[in-house]
Order: sequence, then structure tokens, then C-alpha cells
Amino acid sequence: MRLKYFKKGMKDGIPILLGYFAVSFTFGMMAVQGGLSVFQSVSISFLNLTSAGQFAGLDIILAAGSLWEMALTQLVINLRYMLMSFSVGQKLDKKYAWWHRFGVAFGMTDEIFAITMMQNGAVPPYYVYGAMAVAVPGWTLGTLAGALAGQVLPDMIISALGIAIYGMFLAIIIPPARKNSTLAWVILGAMALSSAFKYIPGLNRVSSGFVIIIVTVVVAAVAAAVRPIREERHE
Amino acid sequence: MNKIFLYTFVMAAVTYLIRMLPLVLFKKEITSTFVKSFLYYVPYACLAAMTFPAILGSTSCLISAIIGFVVAAVLAFFRRSMILVSLCACGTVFIVEQIIRWIG
Repeated sequence: MRLKYFKKGMKDGIPILLGYFAVSFTFGMMAVQGGLSVFQSVSISFLNLTSAGQFAGLDIILAAGSLWEMALTQLVINLRYMLMSFSVGQKLDKKYAWWHRFGVAFGMTDEIFAITMMQNGAVPPYYVYGAMAVAVPGWTLGTLAGALAGQVLPDMIISALGIAIYGMFLAIIIPPARKNSTLAWVILGAMALSSAFKYIPGLNRVSSGFVIIIVTVVVAAVAAAVRPIREERHE
Repeated sequence: MNKIFLYTFVMAAVTYLIRMLPLVLFKKEITSTFVKSFLYYVPYACLAAMTFPAILGSTSCLISAIIGFVVAAVLAFFRRSMILVSLCACGTVFIVEQIIRWIG
């Protein structure tokens, strides 16, 4: 039974593996370009397993930001995992031991969350472990490949790959905003506000990690106050 | 160099706690509409703030970044997959930069 669920998770995890490999390849490449070693880049990916958080974290490392800034940035950027963990907490099959939750938590990414919530009925932790068994190596080895390639690839390829992560972010946020005008305003508002922090004298002295925190909290709070969601929604 | 492992440790610890605490401690559903709404909007606000204006400085020149951004936004609008949007943005930047090099 356990093996059956594990295999099902592995099968559903394969498309995730492909997407992860492409993005973590860029991460590894950028980390090495910034001066990190291959081992350091791969450790970050293996231990964190999060795209947005790692790219923001890399910015902070390269800018020699404080550990406080690092902790706060990760907290705000990854706050969405809290909501996902709440939801998955309801979805996990209660007949399995509680300590499985420590293991499931490690793999709680946007994509694994999505496939877990799409299952019918209660989900055994072995399903999530199966998805993790392909997604985690995909993310980690992608970083390794990118870190190694980053040392030999010509500049024009590296310049072109630099935009990859932003393409991925746009592919995540734009489609749901087509049918939801509040989301469209949240996206435009956040982009406008972060531009203000970049270009307006005075405001542009705030470091990039804090800008993301401030913009995210302000825009999400305003949207939540003005347009609260009616029923539970999943990404 | 040790500082980088310290950064890595802080990142990993904070990220894991965020994922683990709600799973282990809370079995009840969140009831506050404001909190639920706030958490729902967070990823959109956060990813948007990270994308723009940073995307404009992500390549070796502004023009290729702008064109890459427009291509990615249009493809995303038409619900193309994450990999396709990313790769097309990269391809566009590559082509634009080759053209600029060729002209200039």
C-alpha cells in the first residue's frame, strides 16, 4: 500500500522535476556568477527547496545584507507556505503517525502542494514522499548542472538565462489575474510600488530584501482589507 | 566563506519552520477572513514585486530585457506553461542581443 502511494507521488512529480530543473539551473548559474562555490550553491538548493526565497536570499548574500534581513525576507516571501501547510494539514490521512508531518513539511513547495490538494480524499504521507523523491533531486541536480555550466558558458548565454526566473514568476501570477481583477491590481500595485523604491531618491536607499517585504505586506494587506476573499481558494 | 553557511542556515531554518509549524501545531482551519485573504494575496504581491523592476536589469542591456519581459507577459497571459514562458523569454533576449551586436 505504502509503495503504491509512493509510486503515484513519483509519477505525479515528474512534470515538477522538469520545471524545477530549468529554474534551479538558472539559480546555480547565478550563484556561481555571484562568487559562491558549487558546493555552497547546491547546499542552498538542497536545504531550502524554494525558488523565490532562494533568489531573494542570493541577492541578500551577494549584497552582504544582515542575517535579520535574510530571516525577515524568507519569512515574508515564504509566508504562503504557511497557508499551504494549513491546508495540507487538513488533507493528510490522520491514520498515519503525527511525526510524518515533519517529513511532509520539508517538501511543501507550491507545486507539491498543488498536486497533493488535487488528490481525492485523505492523502497518505507516502504520496508526498514519492513526489519529493523526484522533485528534490531535480531541484538539487539542476542547481549542480547550472553551477558547473555557469563557469564555462559564454556571457551571451548567461545574459539570456538571467531572465528565466522572471518568466517563470510571470507564468505563475498572470493567468489567474485574467479572471480576477483584484489580483491584476495586486500585481500592478506591487510592481509600481517596488519601482518607486528603486527609482525615487531617498526611497532607493532601502535594501532590496526589505523592499520586497514592505511591498508584499502593504499590497496584500490593502487587498485583503478592500477585497476579502469569500471562500477558501487554492492556488 | 563561513558567513555563507550562516546565511544558508538562517534561510533553511526559517523556511522549514514556516512549513512545519502549521502542519504540526494546527489541525484547525483558519477562520479570520482577513488573514486568509492576506495569505491568498501574498504570493502575487511578492512575486510581482520581485519581478518588476528587477527584470529590467536581468540581462546585459535594457532593450533586450524590455522585449523579453513583453514576450514573457504575453505568453503568460495566454496561459502557456512555465517552462515555455521562461525559455521563450531567454530565446528572445538571446536573439535581440545578437541583433544589437550585429547592428552596432
